[in-house]
Amino acid sequence: MRSPAAGRRSNYPGVTVERKAGLLLTPAGRSVNLLDLPGTYSLRGRSPDEEITRDVVLGRLGSENAPDLLLCVADATNLRLALRLVLELKRTGRPMMLVLNMFDLARRRGIKIDLARLSAELGVPVVTAVAVKRDGTGELLRRMDELAQTSLGAGENTWKPPSAADLRAAQRTADRIIATAVGEPERPDTLTARIDKVVLHPVAGLVILLSLLFVMFQAVFSWAKPLMDLIQSGFDTLGELSHNVLPDGLLQSFIQNGVISGVGSVIVFLPQILILFLFILLLEDFGYMARAAFLMDRIMGSAGLHGRAFIPLLSSFACAIPGIMATRVIDNRRDRLTTILVAPLMTCSARIPVYTLIISAFIPAKHFWGVVNEQGLVMFGLYAAGIASALGVSFLAKHFVWQEHETPPFMLELPDYKLPRPRSVAMGVYQRAMMFLKRAGTTIFSMMVVIWFLASFPRPPAGATDPAINYSLAAIIGHWLTPVLAPVGFNWQIAVALIPGMAAREVAVAALGTVYAIEGGKEAAAQIGQALASKWTLATALAMLAWYVFAPQCASTLAVIKRETGSWKWMGVTFAYMLTLAYIAAFIVYHVAVALGAG
Amino acid sequence: MSESRQPQNGQQNGHVRLPLGVAPRGFRGRVDAIEVQQQSGGLPPAEIENRLLELGFVEGAHVEIMHEGAFGRDPIAVRVNNATIALRRREAMAILATQDDHA
Repeated sequence: MRSPAAGRRSNYPGVTVERKAGLLLTPAGRSVNLLDLPGTYSLRGRSPDEEITRDVVLGRLGSENAPDLLLCVADATNLRLALRLVLELKRTGRPMMLVLNMFDLARRRGIKIDLARLSAELGVPVVTAVAVKRDGTGELLRRMDELAQTSLGAGENTWKPPSAADLRAAQRTADRIIATAVGEPERPDTLTARIDKVVLHPVAGLVILLSLLFVMFQAVFSWAKPLMDLIQSGFDTLGELSHNVLPDGLLQSFIQNGVISGVGSVIVFLPQILILFLFILLLEDFGYMARAAFLMDRIMGSAGLHGRAFIPLLSSFACAIPGIMATRVIDNRRDRLTTILVAPLMTCSARIPVYTLIISAFIPAKHFWGVVNEQGLVMFGLYAAGIASALGVSFLAKHFVWQEHETPPFMLELPDYKLPRPRSVAMGVYQRAMMFLKRAGTTIFSMMVVIWFLASFPRPPAGATDPAINYSLAAIIGHWLTPVLAPVGFNWQIAVALIPGMAAREVAVAALGTVYAIEGGKEAAAQIGQALASKWTLATALAMLAWYVFAPQCASTLAVIKRETGSWKWMGVTFAYMLTLAYIAAFIVYHVAVALGAG
Repeated sequence: MSESRQPQNGQQNGHVRLPLGVAPRGFRGRVDAIEVQQQSGGLPPAEIENRLLELGFVEGAHVEIMHEGAFGRDPIAVRVNNATIALRRREAMAILATQDDHA
């Protein structure tokens, strides 16, 4: 058994949009290569994520054979649509097993499932599983061993895209099988209906959704604070330590200013990113995200976006990359393109370092009415600007680029609520954390090395009185860019920071840290904020914030856009329109601020 | 889609028969027919029909309108047998349902 695939109907579209591979070992010692495929209702492949599932199941992906065994994972409490899919999958001729997940929940609701009958009627083996429990998949693995010992011969593939008549016939068969093998729940799930009565209420539902988002962003700032302080002081101590241990000179400067202060200034934001993802993953697992799409459909529709775009756009608050990948659940190409185009405008977590740095340096930490924090308010405003610009751009795209394009249908299953599974949520948060740290360790670290080099060489001539950095390559490049950036109020230090900031937004913070550290001497390293407050005008700071709402400063996002759209053109369009908006926004903000006396 | 095509009339055997797209919240009934009259959202009628079928809207299925959106009472959340499906009223116009007796 080399490569069985798990065809999985997930809770709601967007959870799994890529195939994920993993190795597992059965009790008999067989090594199994498991593929987790995006969930689907049929093999017709209506959207890119469903096409992946279809192509893997049919063995159409060039690099891979068709799987030896299909595991069709279905929710035991909701078998109706899954059984129709099983009947369709049977036609592929692949050996298959139906896995009834959440079997414990079905039992608790008093749903009696006659497994032998079900298996006989469907003509495929049926096993039960409880994915939440550690040993919940034991029986599944034993049955896989049994199947492997007998035969796993594939039958003839007679699958073709089902017609409406096929679909009707298959669903009738499935309904008949359910009537004979599956009992009605004795204790139906009334909880979902009760929660939905409030959560999907036309008015209360929207209020709840907004409150959830508000709490989420408050949490990102207040809960993360102690942890961030801890990390910050850790890096400060490390920096001092290296300063004391190493002899004065280039190596000391490289380790302290380039490596520790540069990378540290980015890793500090890990707690905020984790909290944001924790919220998103918890809501996803609970089953709320599909409801959010339901509530937002009309509002998004008026801006030319599909209801399904809500989930990718919400993910983009954490990072545009998973957001852009999640657009695969949108089947219409134009809708998908629009969503991809505006996803980078949502305020991703990489902007948080830049925003918080500038806000804490320039906006006083005042409270009004006792509770509303002025810094928090500016932050909220920046998020609002991101959302408004995303809606604005998609509105323009709909009316001027695509023209008379009709909104495609919005059809979405609202899964029953269930308690989030701590293990899978923890796993998801852990993966995001590792992704972030990997970026900090690779992209950001290498950019920091470059910045340190540019800021340190050539060395100042003997007897120079100005700070060393004024003689460096960084200063030369910065001065060279100044004519372009001066109209928006940026000085040459910002210009230097923006160049590596093209690779990743948060790098700019680290780069500013390095530039001002080398310029100002060792003691300035820890206090970038104070350095900025003394060297920038308020107008420059505000222009910088405006710039960051729009600027396409993330090489990874652009790479993902290229990959997901399959064209350089859309990557170029994204880069160009965002850069233009950034320049215009920064220009307007700077000049308005100067006119108001903030220059 | 031809096999299920029946003449559309408001009353049938004394029962109220209407497209789900105009039914109020709380409506309970059974799917009578799936008849997509026109293309919708750039998709041909056959594709809309297939999608509705794949989500379980098959003749005989029990449907109940559970929730509706804030703006124009759209979209709607429909309980179809044991699952809840969200869709817009525009597409729900293709789902013809007969209201339950006791309702």
